Amino acid sequence: MGNLLEHMGVERDRVHFSWISSAEATKFVDVVKEISKKVRALGPNKKFVKDYN
Amino acid sequence: MDTYIKKIRELAADLLERGEVERVIGFAKGTIPMATSPIAVGSKQEVEKLVFNSTCGLNLANYAIKLKGKIAIVAKGCDSRNLVTHIVENQIQREQIYIIGVPCTGMVDKFKIAALFKDEIIEFEEAGDTLTVSSLSQTQTLKKQEYLRENCQYCTHKNPVLYDVLAADLVEEQVLENPFPDVDRIEALDPDAKWQHFCDLTKNCIRCYACRNACPICYCPTCFVDEAGPQWVGKGQNKTDVDTFHFLRAFHCAGRCTDCGACVEACPMGINVRDFTRKLSKDALEMFGWEAGLDISKRPPLDSFSPEDPNDFIK
Repeated sequence: MGNLLEHMGVERDRVHFSWISSAEATKFVDVVKEISKKVRALGPNKKFVKDYN
Repeated sequence: MDTYIKKIRELAADLLERGEVERVIGFAKGTIPMATSPIAVGSKQEVEKLVFNSTCGLNLANYAIKLKGKIAIVAKGCDSRNLVTHIVENQIQREQIYIIGVPCTGMVDKFKIAALFKDEIIEFEEAGDTLTVSSLSQTQTLKKQEYLRENCQYCTHKNPVLYDVLAADLVEEQVLENPFPDVDRIEALDPDAKWQHFCDLTKNCIRCYACRNACPICYCPTCFVDEAGPQWVGKGQNKTDVDTFHFLRAFHCAGRCTDCGACVEACPMGINVRDFTRKLSKDALEMFGWEAGLDISKRPPLDSFSPEDPNDFIK
């Protein structure tokens, strides 16, 4: 799915997949930090966004 | 093609007469030139309606689900792969179908031929590798090989993979150095150009769902786009909803699509819907060594687990 999104032009760093157990709080924090960092670097997303106006 | 038609009619008449099958599903002449429509023939008198030519671009496997009795079906290479997919996905039993295999030499791109004429095409004749197409103002003789549909150009399974009888001798399969040049072209673009490519692709989509209806693997009792509770995707012409429909439909076909081209054939707006599914076919081949519909004893990649499955996408 990530591959097809990337194929359509959605940057790879925008979509992340992870498996985190409810007992893995530190892993959750690490993953969220990494995702935030990567997505912030890309800036706001303009693709696949529905305009309700 | 006449020998193909003769043989198909003979086989169909014989099967119906012996009572081996209740119906024979095949192609009949359409109401306009360069068109054929699916037909279910139930008696020996009707077999004369069956035809076969280079405009039989739809996929008859689409009509071979929810079967009660036994039917015979005319199957090109791709149709037979979709029948295999139906069997693998438990939509039909192998014993319920009698497959009349037709080694295929490719189907023609009707939009490409129509673009050669200013006025409406009124006649389409085919003899071997030569097509004679006429409109009111002119007649053109074309080489079939130059007007094949894109999926037929890249086809490596022209011969049926599963059949009970053949309507002609097997044809030579082509070996392609790169089976996915079209996907590579899009992959080489930068993200914004890719997005633009798909925006341009779907901008004419009228949400008629002909692609979905023509697709043999789109057989869900209620499609996600028709579902009202919950409503997964908006039903109007909103661009994001249109893109979501195409994106999700394609993904539902991951590892199942045989690139038969029925979606493109059915599209009234000439959208190359395959641009979505082709990427998934390429991924299935590269990541899982998988081509859909080749073997009734193998489970599709997204349906089975192996410790060797690629894992690097997940943290």
